[in-house]
Amino acid sequence: MKLEYDLVIIGGGPAGLAVALEARRNTVKDILLLERDKYLGGILPQCIHNGFGVQYFKEELTGPEYAERFIAKLNDSQIDVKTETMVIKVTPDKRIIAMNRNDGLLHIQAKAVVLAMGCRERTREAIAIPGNRPAGIFTAGTAQRYINIEGYIPGREVVVLGSGDIGMIMARRMTLEGARVKAVLEIMPFSTGLIRNRVQCLDDFNISLKFNHTITRIEGERRVKRVIVARVDKNLQAIPGTEEEISCDTILLSVGLIPENELTGEAGIKLDPVTRGPIVNENRETEIEGIFACGNVLHVHDLADFVTEEGEIVGRAVGEYLKRNRKFRSQPIKIVPGENIAYVVPQHIDFIVPGRKKIKIFMRVKKPAEKVRIVFKDDKGEMMASYKKAIVTPGEMLSVYLPEVLLEDKLKNITISVKRD
Amino acid sequence: MEQNKIICVSCPIGCRMTIQSKDGKITSIIGNACLKGIKYAEEEFVNPLRILPTTVKVIGGELPLVSVKTEKAIPKRLLLEAMTEIAEIEVNAPVKIGQIIKDDLMGTGVSLVATRNIKRADSNQHS
Repeated sequence: MKLEYDLVIIGGGPAGLAVALEARRNTVKDILLLERDKYLGGILPQCIHNGFGVQYFKEELTGPEYAERFIAKLNDSQIDVKTETMVIKVTPDKRIIAMNRNDGLLHIQAKAVVLAMGCRERTREAIAIPGNRPAGIFTAGTAQRYINIEGYIPGREVVVLGSGDIGMIMARRMTLEGARVKAVLEIMPFSTGLIRNRVQCLDDFNISLKFNHTITRIEGERRVKRVIVARVDKNLQAIPGTEEEISCDTILLSVGLIPENELTGEAGIKLDPVTRGPIVNENRETEIEGIFACGNVLHVHDLADFVTEEGEIVGRAVGEYLKRNRKFRSQPIKIVPGENIAYVVPQHIDFIVPGRKKIKIFMRVKKPAEKVRIVFKDDKGEMMASYKKAIVTPGEMLSVYLPEVLLEDKLKNITISVKRD
Repeated sequence: MEQNKIICVSCPIGCRMTIQSKDGKITSIIGNACLKGIKYAEEEFVNPLRILPTTVKVIGGELPLVSVKTEKAIPKRLLLEAMTEIAEIEVNAPVKIGQIIKDDLMGTGVSLVATRNIKRADSNQHS
C-alpha cells in the first residue's frame, strides 16, 4: 500500500474536492483524499435545495448536483480516495495518522497537507438554554439529514431558534413535509442568513420571523412540550414581562457554525480567535509551511461556490509550493480588521508573485450598515484605497480586491475599516 | 386598489417594495433601489415561480430516498399540492442523476428529475 504522497487532503466536501482537482490541473501527481463519511460531497448531499452553483457554474443547481459535478471529475482522475477513513492526527512534519476498517492504522507521509474538515453546528449546550432535557431538540443540520437522507420526520410542531440559512431552509423543508413551523426566532435585530432564504423559505409559507426574540426556557418531560420565548433588550437579555408560550414538540437550532479544528490545534497551528480557523497567508497556508486550509474549516462561508473558489486557490498554491517556485517578501504584510470588521482572510500577505495584479480579501462585518466605504489604510494611517458598498451585513461575506501596486516593500500593516460614505 | 408588500431578492440590499394594483394590474411599485426590483416585483406579482426540491422513496436502494427537483420552476401556489402528489411516488434503484422520476407534474409540463445517483442496496461499489 502506498503511504507516501505529494499531497494529502483531509475532507472530501466541496473544499477538498476543489483542492484535489485544481492541484491535479497544476501538475501535482500524487494526491490522496481522505474522507470519514461513506460518500464524498461533505454536507452537500443533504442540502437538496437549489441555489448552488450560480456563481461558479452560472447555473442553479441543488447541493447533490453541485457535489456530483466534482465527484464525477474526481472519479475520472488519478486521485486516490479513501472513504470511511478517520484522520486522528496531523504532525507539523506532515505525517498523518488515520484509520479505517480495511487498512487498520495508517501512517502516511505527505509533502503538503490540506485541512478541509469543514465546520460543525453549534449545539444547545454551546448557547446554554435553561430548562429540561427532553427529546425533540435538534440542530437544523441533523434534522436535515434525518429528513433528506434517512427518511424520518423529526417532529410535527416546530420552533426554529436562529435565522441562519440552514434554519430557514429547514423551516421550509419541514413545512413542505407537513409539519407546522410556528415561529423562527432571531435574537439579533437582523437575519444572519441570505435575503433569498428569508423570502423563499419563510415569507412564501407565512412563517413568522421574530427578531429580538429568544427561547428562555424549554419545557417537557420525555419530549419537548413547549418553549417560553421572550423579547430581548440591546444587551440580548430577556425583558421580563415579554414572555409568551409556544407549544411545540420539536426545536431546531440554527445558532451558528464552528470550524472543526481539533486536528489543526493538535498540530500546533495557531487559530484566529474570531474565525476559529487557522491564521493563513494569501495561499491559505498556515504558519507551518506546506500545511494549507480552506473552506469552512478556515472560516464559515455563505455559499459552497466561494468554498470551491478558495479550494482552487489552495490547489494552485500547493502546485507552486511543491515546485519550490516561491519568493517571499522581505517582511509579511499583516491585514488588520478595523472599525466594524469582524475578521479578514487572508490575515497576511507573504509572497512576491510576478504578474499578480490583485489579491482578493474576504471579510465579514460586525453589524449591518448602509451607504458605506470599505477603507484600506497603511501603517501611517494614510488611505490606500476605498470601495463603495450600498449595504454590508454580517450575513453576507464581503470581498474586495487589493491591487498589487499598492503593496510597497516597506509596508507592514493594512487596516481595513467600514466608514460611512 | 390593492397593496402587496414584497422583499426583493435580486441582491443583499433586499429592498422592501410595495406594489399597488387595481383589477390584477400593477398601478405602481415603490421602494425599489434599481430596475432589477421592478422586474422582480412584476414577476412576483403576475406569476411567482419556484423550483421545488424534495425527496422520493426508493425501493431496493442503498439509501431509502433519492433527492429530486422540478426541472424548471413551477407556480408557487402549487408547491404544497405538488408535495402531496410526489409523496405517492416510488422509484426502483438504481437511480441516475438527471433521470426523470415523473413527467408533467400536475399538468405543469415540468418534469421531476433525480438530483443524485442511488445504487442498488446489493451493489458493493463505493463512490
